[in-house]
Amino acid sequence: MATASPKDNRWMLLSLFFLLLFLGFWALISLNTKIPSPLSVAKVAGEFLAHPFYDNGPNDKGIGILTGYSLLRLSAGFTVGALLGIFWGVVLGLNPMLFKALNPFIQILRAISPIAWMPLLLYSVRDSGVTALLVVIMASLWPTLANTAFGVAHIKKDYINVANILQLNPIAKVMKVVLPAAGPAIVAGLKISMGAAWVAIVPAEALLGSLGLGYFVWNEWNNLSLPSVIFAILLIGIVGVVIDLLFSKLAGKLAYTD
Amino acid sequence: MALLEVQRVAKLYDLPGSSEPYTVFKDLSLNVEEQEFVAVLGHSGCGKSTLLNIIAGIDTAAAGAVFLNYREINGPGLDRMVVFQNFALMPWLSVFHNIRLAVKAAFPTWDKEKIDERTTRYMHMVGLAGAEHKKPAELSGGMRQRVGLARAFSVEPRIMLLDEPFAQIDALTRGVIQEELVRIWESTGITIFMVTHDVDEAILLSDRILLMSPGPFAEVRMEIKVDIPRPRGRTTVIEHPEYYKIRNKIIRFLSEKHVAAPEAIPA
Repeated sequence: MATASPKDNRWMLLSLFFLLLFLGFWALISLNTKIPSPLSVAKVAGEFLAHPFYDNGPNDKGIGILTGYSLLRLSAGFTVGALLGIFWGVVLGLNPMLFKALNPFIQILRAISPIAWMPLLLYSVRDSGVTALLVVIMASLWPTLANTAFGVAHIKKDYINVANILQLNPIAKVMKVVLPAAGPAIVAGLKISMGAAWVAIVPAEALLGSLGLGYFVWNEWNNLSLPSVIFAILLIGIVGVVIDLLFSKLAGKLAYTD
Repeated sequence: MALLEVQRVAKLYDLPGSSEPYTVFKDLSLNVEEQEFVAVLGHSGCGKSTLLNIIAGIDTAAAGAVFLNYREINGPGLDRMVVFQNFALMPWLSVFHNIRLAVKAAFPTWDKEKIDERTTRYMHMVGLAGAEHKKPAELSGGMRQRVGLARAFSVEPRIMLLDEPFAQIDALTRGVIQEELVRIWESTGITIFMVTHDVDEAILLSDRILLMSPGPFAEVRMEIKVDIPRPRGRTTVIEHPEYYKIRNKIIRFLSEKHVAAPEAIPA
């Protein structure tokens, strides 16, 4: 595969070109339809971003506060989901028989959009805030679980042999050998989980009316304020990219070369 | 009783599409005395590494028993440290921490200073000073196996099991590390069991060489005492009159066509 040399910065120009092309098309379309123009979205964005943290009661909060709500919900749900995923992933990865037996169920469960669980969850817990959190947990659980189990199951036999010869107790074995050896696979799973959780959080908040970016999108749609909707869409994308970049940094830290 | 006694061990593999299992070896016995350096020499695939893994406790025998210091072994342990052909270092740990992991496992009650001190001592002993913060991937094969040796020596096992330890190291470096191994072995008085397919390595290092016939039904067919005085060097050992006698005997054995012993052929 041909890769651009790190010093070759021309991709930036090309990227800028695509951005301008996109904005151009958008502007062109907005001239002939009711789709808001880039300028009107920029104007709305400017207004929102000028006062990101205002708080005028329960249903009227600044975009910064709403983003904060979503991120809070994301980190709480993701933390629970990821910890559960890593724990059960290690258990299954170390027990091939159990892994094989449960794998079909895991595959089915991970194929179900967490949003599909929402009615059932809402009916069971009868609290929209808890339901939104559970949706995020469900979204983050499966990718981490599956990746961890796979990573642990495929650790080089040598590392396990060394751990056994050194007679490490089960906890030391997991902490000092199994987790670091499966580290890259686990982080890859966490990255997918985080992406899935961020994707799930928007419809969950929209449908459940829990304060956050998803709620904001839906609310602005109900207000028929399309420029705000588009602004929210862009914001959701940008926040997602920032989160992903943070995970790539983490992945780089835990990677090792054999 | 010798320090290590392997008594009539057998190893079988199931062959796909066959009702008869493949017998790597059967009724295989050998002894290693305290402070002895014994090498098992045989063709690749003769089952010598399998034998070593059984002694290490990371593989299981279908029959027979292995005794170390009067106790039957049933699983891996710190009394039998293995030096692996492919080094088996933890790639996410630095040189220092690869060795420290073993020291800490062997002496769990020690405080940090004592563990660090011992780690540093063994790291220096094998010539790794200055490389302590490097990861295995940044080291040459020779340097990596120095880590493997330091890790094994640092816990002072009852016996060291060397599984073709220098097979993946370039020839020039190999000689240097072999000589260092002998030096450390002589100064520590540890017992070493090694499997190898390198004739010169076996003669340079061992007190006794066990020649293993190729599998199936591999067995120790011949035993050769290496009566060349120590200390031996790579260049001096070949000048000893015994050297080529031993070498020719081994080469002849290895080039013979081996048939399984009559009693070992299944009916």
